[in-house]
Amino acid sequence: MIGINHYLVLSAILFAISVMGIFLNRKNIIVVLMSIELMLLAVNFNFVTFSSFLHNLAGQVFVFFILTVAAAESAIGLAVLIILFRNLRSINVQDMDSLHG
Amino acid sequence: MVTVVLFYLFAVILVGSALRVITAKNPVHSVLFLVLAFVTASCLWLMLNVEFLALSLILIYVGAVMVLFLFVVMMLDIDLEEIRSGFWKNLPLAILLGVVILAEMVTILIKRPIVITGNVDAQVINPDNLSNSYQVGWLMYTQYSYPVELASMLLLLGLVVAVALTLRKTNKNAKYQNIAAQIATSSTGRVTMVKMPTEIDRTVNEVTDSSVSGEVVKEADKEAVKEVTPEKITSTDGEDKK
Repeated sequence: MIGINHYLVLSAILFAISVMGIFLNRKNIIVVLMSIELMLLAVNFNFVTFSSFLHNLAGQVFVFFILTVAAAESAIGLAVLIILFRNLRSINVQDMDSLHG
Repeated sequence: MVTVVLFYLFAVILVGSALRVITAKNPVHSVLFLVLAFVTASCLWLMLNVEFLALSLILIYVGAVMVLFLFVVMMLDIDLEEIRSGFWKNLPLAILLGVVILAEMVTILIKRPIVITGNVDAQVINPDNLSNSYQVGWLMYTQYSYPVELASMLLLLGLVVAVALTLRKTNKNAKYQNIAAQIATSSTGRVTMVKMPTEIDRTVNEVTDSSVSGEVVKEADKEAVKEVTPEKITSTDGEDKK
């Protein structure tokens, strides 16, 4: 029977894959943004799993807020990405050093 | 039995599509595999009886966010070879990091599997015969009404910021404030003296007194020219000194 631990391991695998994605695609900021979305999905998976198995709906409301924040974050992130591409003609993370940090 | 098979089927699709997201050569393929991952995750959430969030995930992510991603990816002119450079160089480190993170999290779960005991139904607010959407909606509009309003303000903020960031300033119809030009002005740049003959409404004079009008007009013209000319000279002198 599928228990809570199966879902948690699946969520952990998803999280590890998204961390690998951030490392692998350091040149491509679009895939980095997508990896962050995947990471948020893994976190949401944990919330939903515990909420479902504990019969506590607070986790589901929290996932709703995370979805809201993730939607706003990706919209603003893509807006910044478009401005960067307009100015630099590149989406390479290494080119974004105009602040000399 | 069906649940077990479905869980493993969806889990394999989810992990496989997530792997393709981070390894695909073309970013468009990455976005499409991410759509597959979200849909599969939504199916898994449906298996957990979380209908409202499962459908919201499809609506919000696949319907809005992924379409936005696809739009941006297709709009940008990206050099595919250039953004792939460094992929194989980073691969060993990335695999090491992923395996370590996964091992840490799984070790905890294997050593101490989570067992749910006790009266877990104590915190359910509504009886179980109501639907999941009803219960979540009821919670959101009673106990969490202020956070929901804050979330709506956050969405409004995201909308305004996205528009303000990407707005092009070259629109001919839009009025913009040029602050540098406003600060750089001086009083001499504001007034320009123009030399021109005085205009007198002759029709009025001709109607009232036609016999002497000619002399009056000529004298008035001369006086007007005398009045204008000195000022013009002084103002140009002032500009020349600067």
